[in-house]
Amino acid sequence: MALPKYTETRYRIWHYFYIAICTFVFIFLIAPLFVIFPLSFNAEEFLVFSEGMKNLDPDAFSLRWYKDMIYGTKNPWGLAAKNSFIIAIFATLGSVILGTVAALGLSSRHMPFKGIIMATLISPMIVPLIISGVAIFFFMAKAGLAATHTGIVLAHIILGTPFVVITVTATLSGFDHSVTRAAASLGSNPVNTFMKVTLPLILPGVISGGLFAFVTSFDEVVVVLFLAGLENTTIPIQMWTGLREQLSPTILAVATCLIVLSTLILISAELLRRRSERLRGINR
Amino acid sequence: MSSETKQILTTDGIPLEISLKKAERKNKIKAFLLVAPLLLFLIITYIFPIGEMFTRSIDDKMITNMLPKTFKSMETWDGKELPSEEVFASFLSDFKILVEKKEHGKLAQRLNKEKNGFNTITKKLFRQVKRNKIDETQSIKEQIMKVHKRWRNVEYWQAIKRTAPPYTSAKYLKAMDMYLNEDNKITQVSEDRRIHRILWLRTVEVAFFVTVFCFLMGYPIAHLLATLPMKYSNLLMICVLLPFWTSLLVRTASWMILLQQQGVVNDFFVLIGLVSDDNRPEMMYNKVGTYVAMTQILLPFMVLPLYSVMKTISPSLMRAGKSLGGTPFVAFWKVYFPLTIPGIGAGCLLVFILAIGYYITPALVGGASGTLISNQIAYHMKTTLDWSFASAMGLMLLGGVLVIYWLYNKLVGVDNIKLG
Repeated sequence: MALPKYTETRYRIWHYFYIAICTFVFIFLIAPLFVIFPLSFNAEEFLVFSEGMKNLDPDAFSLRWYKDMIYGTKNPWGLAAKNSFIIAIFATLGSVILGTVAALGLSSRHMPFKGIIMATLISPMIVPLIISGVAIFFFMAKAGLAATHTGIVLAHIILGTPFVVITVTATLSGFDHSVTRAAASLGSNPVNTFMKVTLPLILPGVISGGLFAFVTSFDEVVVVLFLAGLENTTIPIQMWTGLREQLSPTILAVATCLIVLSTLILISAELLRRRSERLRGINR
Repeated sequence: MSSETKQILTTDGIPLEISLKKAERKNKIKAFLLVAPLLLFLIITYIFPIGEMFTRSIDDKMITNMLPKTFKSMETWDGKELPSEEVFASFLSDFKILVEKKEHGKLAQRLNKEKNGFNTITKKLFRQVKRNKIDETQSIKEQIMKVHKRWRNVEYWQAIKRTAPPYTSAKYLKAMDMYLNEDNKITQVSEDRRIHRILWLRTVEVAFFVTVFCFLMGYPIAHLLATLPMKYSNLLMICVLLPFWTSLLVRTASWMILLQQQGVVNDFFVLIGLVSDDNRPEMMYNKVGTYVAMTQILLPFMVLPLYSVMKTISPSLMRAGKSLGGTPFVAFWKVYFPLTIPGIGAGCLLVFILAIGYYITPALVGGASGTLISNQIAYHMKTTLDWSFASAMGLMLLGGVLVIYWLYNKLVGVDNIKLG
């Protein structure tokens, strides 16, 4: 961002001020994530940087909180992680299947009442979570699904489908429908056409919608707090109770693992987005 | 010439218009069938339960079903003087059924909510009924009136009559710190008990300021990201996207570490000499913590829509503005800024709606002042189990969100929302 030589002084000052603000905001956004990292290797029980850590003394660092996370007898992290992954995987599958099929219908130009149906389908994204939580809890309690994995999976399907619907409809908006007609004219049935022609083309959109749905489910705490019993505890619930009672370094170890996971998700989402843009012929 | 002969026919001999309509209808049904599974699923598990929240919030059928005869005989009572013998008799017979079903306690509780003092007199009446002290051959009115002096007070009978309708607005009024008094007029509760209005105001205040902060911080960096060359902006974009994909609780935890009294932020303030070491400010468990943490957490939702709008604005527009004699500031204000309004609208709407329903972060870093209306809803759902009250507050919040959404749609148009 070099300025041309003829720039007046006051614009020069303004420009550096602007850069300073931006730097501050970027630090504000990303720095909190990096605080957790070193502290989770703390050898002591306190959540502050000890003198030893500031002097980079190797004895001040240890893996004890990671060991505690995995082997700790009182820690329910193992169960929580298992539950979280099972719930998130099934919720993602459900959201992707329901959402993709619905998006196919929605992007057809013959779709009646498009506006109102679209509004209904994405409403779980707009309605504040606490209200969704109350409503879903009423349904699950009535259906006898409260405190079951099935209930939580269904709840997360509700919350995850809007993301799939939105991303897949966006992908389909740049979709050339003549290829499906070509497939049909060559004698392919609609299911075969979808599996062999449409799906491979919209796959980036489907997967990135699925990633959204996965993260939504994996990170969801408000609705689960209403629905979960002791056996259905998830990572966010354990973190919530842990943070409320007492901040322990074990939580930071878990948090570090979660940051690593989200980095992986971010990388795959970015790669998908680029691939999808390339496929749609958007060159920037 | 009639129009029939002019009609174009398909090869099957069916008029083309009908044939086309038929094909069209087939396509419509096909498209609808694809959407149907999700639509049905959401209607059953989501939309319908939200409707149920409404019926739950106004439902007052319990007492209507408890005292059916009493309310029937009260229909003709004008409510000015003590009711007739008939009302007393039907009340007693309703009451006896409740005693048999052991539900008189519930009745006392419900009536006591309507008017204080019902607990005692219902208990007294229960004892009389249990011992079969009430002789049904004599005047029941006289005997009930002898049980306790309050049964002779017309106000208590008026209170019973007020509970007759199967629906009530009491929960909504309670959420606004109001109630219906004896004369059916809306009154405010005494000043020291007005807690809910504070919570509503605080919720709106927090959501508003978080939106403002997000806008002030998000606009410059969105602009930078949109104008930098691709290879730099992609790198900086990670700073926005990584928090976006990171768990909300992880980010809240890191703010708890940063903002604590021995935390990094305070260390930094001491280091640069802003505060003295023994006088570290409290930054958590108050509004500062709520604002800082929520702004950071919601900032990506402001930056992403702004970025996607700014990306589409051609840089030559600013150059044109400048070449036509505008200073950079004028060019920005008159040319660039108006073009970004759809992005500003989308970002602000998204952040405000997310912030107004926020619950987890304020509860963890906000302390007592971090209690927002969502916490109150969760509290009534989980602790007091007053689900109808929780439903009423939830629907009021939903109403607020829908009004904002509608306003936004009028002003900017919902189609402008983009998800990154």
